Amino acid sequence: MTRLANGGVIDRQRPLHFTFNGKRYQGYEGDTLASALMANDVLIVGRSFKYHRPRGILTCGPEEPNALVQLVSDGDQPNLRATEVPLREGLEARSVNCWPSAKFDLRAINSFLAPLFPAGFYYKTFMAGRWDFYSRFIRQAAGLGRSPKERDPGRYERVNHHTDVLVVGAGPTGVQAAKVLAESGRDVMVIDMQASPGGHLLFHSCQIDSQPGVEWVSQAAVELRDRKNVTWLQNTTATGYYDHNMVIAVEHEPAESWLRERLWHIRAKKVVIATGAVERPLIFPGNDRPGVMLADAVARYIQRFAAVPGKSVVIYTNNSTAYAHLETFKAAGIEIQGVLDLRESLSETELGLASKSKVPVVVNSRITGVQGRSAVKGVTYQDESGIKTLSCDLVCHSGGWNPLIHLYSHAGGRSRFDQESAAFVPGERAQGAYSIGGANGTFSLGQGLKEASEIANLLFGEKSDDSASSALAVPVTEGEVSYRIDEIWPEKGLKGKAFVDFQNDVTTADISLAVRENFRSIEHVKRYTTAGMAVDQGKIGNPNVIGLVSRELDQEQTSVGTTTFRPPFAPVSFGVIGGNERGLLIIPARTTPMTDWNIANGAAMDEAGANFRRPFFFPRAGESMEDAVAREATAVRTSCGIYDGTPLGTFELHGPDTAELLNRLYTNRFDNLPVGRGRFGLMLREDGRLFDDGVTFRVDETRYLMSCGTGAAGAVYAHIDRLLQTEWIDLKVYLVNVSAAWATMCVCGPMARKVLDKLESDIALDPSFRFLDFRDGTLEGIPVRLARVSYTGELSFEVNVARRSALKLWTILIDAGKEFGITPVGSETSGVLRIEKGFISPGHEGDNITNPFDAGMGWIVDMTKPDFIGKRSLLRDMRLGGERQHVVGLLPDDERAAVADGSALLPAQQELSRSGFQGHVTAACFSPTLKRTIALGLLKDGQSRHGEKVIISGLENSCPATVSAPVFYDPKGERMRG
Amino acid sequence: MKRFSIFSLARNALTGHRHWEKMWRSPDPKREYDVVIIGGGGHGLGAAYFLAKEHGITNVAVLEKGWLGGGNTGRNTMTVRSNFLREDSVPFHEMSLDLYHQLSRDLNYNLMVSQRGMITFIQSSAANRVALQMANTMHIYGAEYRMLTLDEVKQKIPIFDPSPDMRLPVRGGVYQPRASMVRHDAVAWGFARAADARGVDIIQNCEVTGIQQENGAVTGVETTRGLIKARKIGMAVAGHGSVVASMVGQRLPITTQPLQAWVSEPVKPVLNEIVVIRSYYGTYLMQSDKGEIVVGQGCDPYPSYAQRGTFPIIEDATTSMLEVFPSFGRLKLLRHWAGMLDIPYDGSPIISKTNTRGFYIDVAGSGGFKTTPAAAKTFAHLIAKDTPHPLAEKLGLERFSSGRLIQEGGVSANR
Amino acid sequence: MLEIPCPWCGPRNESEFVCAGEADRKRPSDPEAETEEAWADYLFNSTNPKGVVREWWWHVSGCTRWFQIDRDTVTHEITPVEESSK
Ligand SMILES: Cc1cc2nc3c(=O)[nH]c(=O)nc-3n(C[C@H](O)[C@H](O)[C@H](O)COP(=O)(O)OP(=O)(O)OC[C@H]3O[C@@H](n4cnc5c(N)ncnc54)[C@H](O)[C@@H]3O)c2cc1C
Ligand SMILES: [Zn+2]
Repeated sequence: MTRLANGGVIDRQRPLHFTFNGKRYQGYEGDTLASALMANDVLIVGRSFKYHRPRGILTCGPEEPNALVQLVSDGDQPNLRATEVPLREGLEARSVNCWPSAKFDLRAINSFLAPLFPAGFYYKTFMAGRWDFYSRFIRQAAGLGRSPKERDPGRYERVNHHTDVLVVGAGPTGVQAAKVLAESGRDVMVIDMQASPGGHLLFHSCQIDSQPGVEWVSQAAVELRDRKNVTWLQNTTATGYYDHNMVIAVEHEPAESWLRERLWHIRAKKVVIATGAVERPLIFPGNDRPGVMLADAVARYIQRFAAVPGKSVVIYTNNSTAYAHLETFKAAGIEIQGVLDLRESLSETELGLASKSKVPVVVNSRITGVQGRSAVKGVTYQDESGIKTLSCDLVCHSGGWNPLIHLYSHAGGRSRFDQESAAFVPGERAQGAYSIGGANGTFSLGQGLKEASEIANLLFGEKSDDSASSALAVPVTEGEVSYRIDEIWPEKGLKGKAFVDFQNDVTTADISLAVRENFRSIEHVKRYTTAGMAVDQGKIGNPNVIGLVSRELDQEQTSVGTTTFRPPFAPVSFGVIGGNERGLLIIPARTTPMTDWNIANGAAMDEAGANFRRPFFFPRAGESMEDAVAREATAVRTSCGIYDGTPLGTFELHGPDTAELLNRLYTNRFDNLPVGRGRFGLMLREDGRLFDDGVTFRVDETRYLMSCGTGAAGAVYAHIDRLLQTEWIDLKVYLVNVSAAWATMCVCGPMARKVLDKLESDIALDPSFRFLDFRDGTLEGIPVRLARVSYTGELSFEVNVARRSALKLWTILIDAGKEFGITPVGSETSGVLRIEKGFISPGHEGDNITNPFDAGMGWIVDMTKPDFIGKRSLLRDMRLGGERQHVVGLLPDDERAAVADGSALLPAQQELSRSGFQGHVTAACFSPTLKRTIALGLLKDGQSRHGEKVIISGLENSCPATVSAPVFYDPKGERMRG
Repeated sequence: MKRFSIFSLARNALTGHRHWEKMWRSPDPKREYDVVIIGGGGHGLGAAYFLAKEHGITNVAVLEKGWLGGGNTGRNTMTVRSNFLREDSVPFHEMSLDLYHQLSRDLNYNLMVSQRGMITFIQSSAANRVALQMANTMHIYGAEYRMLTLDEVKQKIPIFDPSPDMRLPVRGGVYQPRASMVRHDAVAWGFARAADARGVDIIQNCEVTGIQQENGAVTGVETTRGLIKARKIGMAVAGHGSVVASMVGQRLPITTQPLQAWVSEPVKPVLNEIVVIRSYYGTYLMQSDKGEIVVGQGCDPYPSYAQRGTFPIIEDATTSMLEVFPSFGRLKLLRHWAGMLDIPYDGSPIISKTNTRGFYIDVAGSGGFKTTPAAAKTFAHLIAKDTPHPLAEKLGLERFSSGRLIQEGGVSANR
Repeated sequence: MLEIPCPWCGPRNESEFVCAGEADRKRPSDPEAETEEAWADYLFNSTNPKGVVREWWWHVSGCTRWFQIDRDTVTHEITPVEESSK
């Protein structure tokens, strides 16, 4: 077991047992799965995507491309990075995407067929026959872990937060910036994805203000957290930077034990990005072998987890940072075989560190191969004097550092290539994003702290006062190795597989091939080779791809450019994105005062538009839907029904210009409507198509009450409000949406008057109370507005009442109606009643294409009015003429034919054919009153075809039918006026 | 053009893949072309291909301001289908599906047409009615669109696990078996390679900045790579329609809005069909050949050319996805992005002449990946013959002045 | 989530608003005097610029006022429009 006896943050008193790929191991509290595996000498942790090559741990953070595991112990979770999984007692995990095991994977056969699978090979074959056939196998091989099968038991929370400044990253520079900003009195939020603050100082020793760096950071953190103007979150990853300085962050393992993750929407005035940098690999044959690791990662495992991945190491580098690790490696008992440095010469400091650790350095050297398939045995390298070998069981390499410019780029900031640091660094800024430290390509700690102070001071364009100046002093650092790098690329036509994207198995040869085939844009190379498209999203590999392409094309890296950085920075569980809103919380369901009564009385509920659920029909025991609807409809036609009309939209309009407004909104006139009366009105859209209809009452000279369809209510309100506030601002009209203030119940049928007569009331229901009159008064002491409108074609009273009294009145009406057989009626039944009457429904017969003349509603269009919404478009329709679809009635020959809504209309005698489309059925039902099937439809030139035959063609059956006028019952409307 | 096949792959394997040809040339622009196509997405490249193949017009340049397929073609969610409502839509979209199913062979390029089928959940009686209307209209044109019972839906999608108290319970579904997924990049690249082989010049990094005209007819384009003369100009710049059309003073009945899409980390196959949860925000999802769950929904609700969207859209769609696939709560969002769509007023494509002679436009519309082959073919026809292709006769701008819109807005979400 | 500056309520999340189209789309005062072309242009066409557009926003889940802002459709930068310049 390769664990140091001392050091690290692991708790050796608390051993934890876990299982990996079926074998039991032991680690400690404080370990990650990766560090525990390392301490147990588990070398092969997974297989690569395409060739199924054995892979080991490469990194120590979220950028890990190889160590992907399926966590099985805590519900199934695919594709977790072992480097991020905190170890727990009983944890059980498996490698993804290998079978039967990571050690022996049958698909490794792909490795031998590799020559057949160059980049983009799919595009070049399988053209003949169906891709479906091949893709079935390919899909099985693709994918990494398996999707969980069980419902996610996790609980989540989504919260909003506003702050002056958000600091992302609690490394030394982020903390310094936070200190300065907090001192200046700003609201500061600091978030950091690690469990504790410190950033890279957690892993590297360095002095700040004569204190060990980590201590300096944690002390500052403790002080800051206590301040009122500071919000501090660890274990929190900023995943994306959106418009208007909105940063989304995910808090993992929040303090609340019931909570799995929390999503933060953080709106900041400015954002300081102090996210640091990640190490980039070098490109050499065999750089993917288990035991080849990033140098910085190895140092981290040693420092933080006391886990040592090898006994004998070769270090390979092109920059200075590797030299800082020599001491650490030595102290961990690793024998350093030598440093192979690509550069031609070293700095004084580098040489000093090497000689202090007594490590041989070979400059101007490059690795040409790694020995060992599933574990490193040694390396071959070339220097000025030829090819040599070194044995080792660990290769540590460092190709320089990639500033984490993700958030900066999400914000819309540009990046540019900086020659000196050989990295893409933030360029032109967008929004309030400011990068500092490693994230800004400033790899010196001292410089970074200075930058932090400067930026913090500059953010709000003012200096803080002197009293705070001690906190503002830039801390002094010691023990740094200043950063030096020489970018040196492998020679073209490199022998052996050198990887640039580990997970997707993209090699230097693939990049060359893509460019050879004239994929010159970096985006094309990415797509063609899939480099950067694996779950690590190219965090460590992309700069290498860009470098190789720039070399192939002989172009500057800046002009090659980066691929777009797409959020999220690190994958985010859908659970926390979607939150816990389920069922009724997903879209709030609106109710009426009668909803509970309806449900208690057996209503089958249906969506009625505008998020209302309303009764569809009220089945009694043993009744089918048809039976129930027939019973309800018959009650309305022969005795009495009652209907909850509350979902209808109701608007109050008042002011001196209301009549004028209504004249412009409706196709007919409202200025001549007498007070105390209502009128049916039709509203068009400006393009001349049916929009909405309803009855509007004149309450007094300047006050009207408008009702409109449930589904259209929102749109109608927006329509009127827009016209009043943006077009006709000179009209003096108040528009108030009173839909939620009123409840409406409709008592309808020949016995309706008798039912109401039974109630104590000051409203006379005699014949002077005419159709479309309304009267205010009381029913059983409850104030009501009673109106004679009819949506069913029968004598009908609409009772409008304040919501709080509605249920009481409803039950009074039900009781009073018992002796007349009062029957609650659902929307399906009222649909049947309207079809019988041929009442046009804009949502059905309108179909977005129908004008009032098409609908046979010319009678309500007053073209003599100077203007109304839609008039100009009607003039156009009339002028252009041509074939139009008209609303018609349809009477199937078979009186019991089952006709489905939406059935197509075809010419008689013609079977299904491409030219046959004549229109469609907009609404059909079996009419209990007429005892036959009836339908409304839109039919080409239908108004001139009454009496003709057409075929109603449904999915299941078709039947001939006769075209008729679109009204089947009481065409003169005598019953509702009665 | 050397043909691709399993044999060419094997042959090249033996020589270390050193001898593959360029997929297409990168020529410098000539001074003059018979036809210049603006926009190197699927629509533009396809139009150039059909001009050469079906009309013998090969002195053609495709001008692309960035990289081929870098617009919406390379960003879309790869769904092709023909479930539309209107008699003027269905045959056009059917032709597109037909073409997709034969193009891999014609282009000698594997477009990876994966026939998965699409299931749209039915969650209200209104949705049921629309589905039936669509199904019956499609039926007339020989396109299969089937109603599914809830049990049939469950059978087809084993992981479908709706929460018991669903706000809008799923009652069943409607199913188009022929809906497919097509590899988006391959469409651009396949057309480009085949057009190039027929002599079309494909010119990248060449932005059109102005259009020259004389006497109401076009004469050429100003570009970042100089002036290029042309007798005819075809615009296929989805997401920039208003910008380019304004160069000849043409206003269009469109708004440009961001549309987002996103993918999960790849997992082993769990979902075969393309699933649409229309009643919740129009969310749709499917699993790509690579194993990612690909998700999308409606546009961000304001005009934008920013090619980015806002996060709440993703939150809403995820909420609705989890309502029916609660096990996906532990999958992870890997990457999200946006394109921008030129959305016509009525939701249907515009393939049309304009007031300027020789200037033709193809506005792909809100779901224009599925129409790519049909639009390309009919656009080429319009440019070559100056009269519309019979299947695109109704798709011209005239429909707006005559008020005879092809209203698909309510039904065709953007996929 | 854009942040929209309502002149009455201050900056609020976009989800409270409806983006209600270009401010220069004005209903002709005498529609019947318009040619078919001009009428169709009013009904359906928009300028749809890449760059700054003056547009209506409706604070529907707030004060319910309609107001104008200048918004850059590329950067999404917003400049309030003075009441008097409308
Ligand atoms: C997220 C998302 C998901 C989608 N999902 C689907 C789907 O599942 N199914 C579906 O059918 N559709 C879908 N779509 C829509 C579909 O992608 C587009 O309608 C279609 O790709 C348009 O193709 P195109 O060739 O016309 O446009 P594009 O591919 O956008 O090509 C236009 C090209 O024109 C170039 N250009 C612009 N201006 C100029 C200029 N001045 N000079 C030169 N070149 C210029 C652009 O750079 C661009 O490359 C989706 C769109 C998005 C954004
Ligand atoms: Zn407001």
